[in-house]
Amino acid sequence: MSLTHLTIADSLKKLESGEITSAELTEAHLTAMEGARSLNAFIVETPELAMDQAKAVDAARGKSERKPLEGIPLAIKDLFCTKGVQTTAGSKILKGFVPTYESTVTANLWRDGAVMLGKVNLDEFAMGSSNMTSAFGPVESPWKRRGDNRPLVPGGSSGGSAAAVAARIAPGATGTDTGGSIRQPAAFCGIVGIKPTYGRCSRWGTVAFASSLDQAGAFARTVEDSAIMLGSMAGYDPQDSTSIDVPVPDYRAATGRSVKGLRIGIPKEYRVDGMPGEIDALWRQGEQWFRDAGAEIVEISLPHTQYALATYYIVAPAECSSNLARYDGVRYGLRVPGKDLTEQYEATRAEGFGAEVKRRILIGTYVLSAGYFDAYYIKAQKVRALIARDFSDAFKQCDLVLTPTAPSAAFALGEKSDDPIAMYLNDVFTVPASLAGLPGISVPAGLDAGGLPLGLQLIGRPFDEETVFAGAAALEKAAAFSAVPQIMAA
Amino acid sequence: MSLDAAAVARIARLARIRVTDDEKTHLASELSQVMDWIDQLQAVDTEGVEPLTSVVGARLKTRPDIVTLNVTRDDVLANATEPMAGFFTVPKVVE
Repeated sequence: MSLTHLTIADSLKKLESGEITSAELTEAHLTAMEGARSLNAFIVETPELAMDQAKAVDAARGKSERKPLEGIPLAIKDLFCTKGVQTTAGSKILKGFVPTYESTVTANLWRDGAVMLGKVNLDEFAMGSSNMTSAFGPVESPWKRRGDNRPLVPGGSSGGSAAAVAARIAPGATGTDTGGSIRQPAAFCGIVGIKPTYGRCSRWGTVAFASSLDQAGAFARTVEDSAIMLGSMAGYDPQDSTSIDVPVPDYRAATGRSVKGLRIGIPKEYRVDGMPGEIDALWRQGEQWFRDAGAEIVEISLPHTQYALATYYIVAPAECSSNLARYDGVRYGLRVPGKDLTEQYEATRAEGFGAEVKRRILIGTYVLSAGYFDAYYIKAQKVRALIARDFSDAFKQCDLVLTPTAPSAAFALGEKSDDPIAMYLNDVFTVPASLAGLPGISVPAGLDAGGLPLGLQLIGRPFDEETVFAGAAALEKAAAFSAVPQIMAA
Repeated sequence: MSLDAAAVARIARLARIRVTDDEKTHLASELSQVMDWIDQLQAVDTEGVEPLTSVVGARLKTRPDIVTLNVTRDDVLANATEPMAGFFTVPKVVE
């Protein structure tokens, strides 16, 4: 089997036995990266760094206990600060920004022996569901609709991460999820994407979008691989005040747990008007798979679901307008001169931010401004409390919630960009769990009529990623998803 | 339409983003569309509900008040445009 098609788990085994070296594995992925440049998945490629890291891992082999990700090459979303390597958040305003420090999540990966292939593309400041808002150009999905050669979106905001893993350029990649930015692209690209509980991974050194929602997570091609990655990324960090000081369980072991006797909740409010028949059918198939595995299906109600998107589009822009106030052209990033300081701020931010980012900053500024704060922001925080309460009530009756990940398969580049609300609707099934801070995973479960991947989502209780992984592994086994994208490394 | 061009100009000024007159008209219609859609929240009964400020309900931890940041002045200035003599620079703000 080609090295680029190995799972992380298999590569670890072969590296441990000495059958392959990290240098060989890394080189194969660097060749794949070069060969798939047309996807525009990478903003920066770091081949020299990758080979140095890989050779160092190989040289140290056998001298100490093996590390959980020893010798595994990974793609890093360009939202994680990487010391000495340009970090842009997909924005012109950070073009050329070279951090002098390392994010906690990536530092944890390097501590555990991982190798960095490069920094992958994303929607600007992680704001988008298509990867079309990047200042470095859109990412193309490696998948094509049957009989249709139009380029498709990989989903977003972690579009480069998902495309790289699906196209076998990397066996795993980091992502971040604010309203669905890991789960939706994972579904569009036919791979696994896990967003853990808010507070599980440190946000330190990750470029901020909406601080009460942002959470790092992992992409991989199997549930077990995503569990291995998350195990390394997660953990308490005193540098992030919202990081939670609880032990990280053995996620990999959890993927082997039985789902027998688990209660799987089906929220009736997620059966939305206009949901394509094939997505509804796949969802019902998912229920059946769980029944067959010995789990119990229970209908649950999440009554405030219909208000989740509107709530999100107050809370996220409000926090974004506050976080992005730091881009002032003084301390780092783009500076466009003006005759005085205010003019410099206004010119810098007009030139540096793209249309979607400006739209969200303006909405956020408006909902936080004097006279509107109570009507919009406080109101949204109250509805958010109701949405979180819906979930805690539901988890009295069930152990996991099963839903589709997205209301459609991938769409073509430019197909939905004219209408911001149509684009926001992509996240209708992922946003509620984000607002409640809950762990969620997307597992590839089937294909639509055009041959494109569809995902199913599992949502768990706070800090119960283990049950999420157990359920996801059961789904993965039953679905036996084996389709591969049209554009893929040999 | 809930927002007009003048309102957009006021918001853009607060956000320190320059917008042209053409953009103002366009943004007024776009932002109004989003705000009108968001207005559906007004229909939710939130009487007696406390606004949610932390999803995990954890108390913030305290730490000893000691310097832990391990960066030099040069690190901090490394990405600045036109730093001078160990300082950030901005256009003159005092007459």
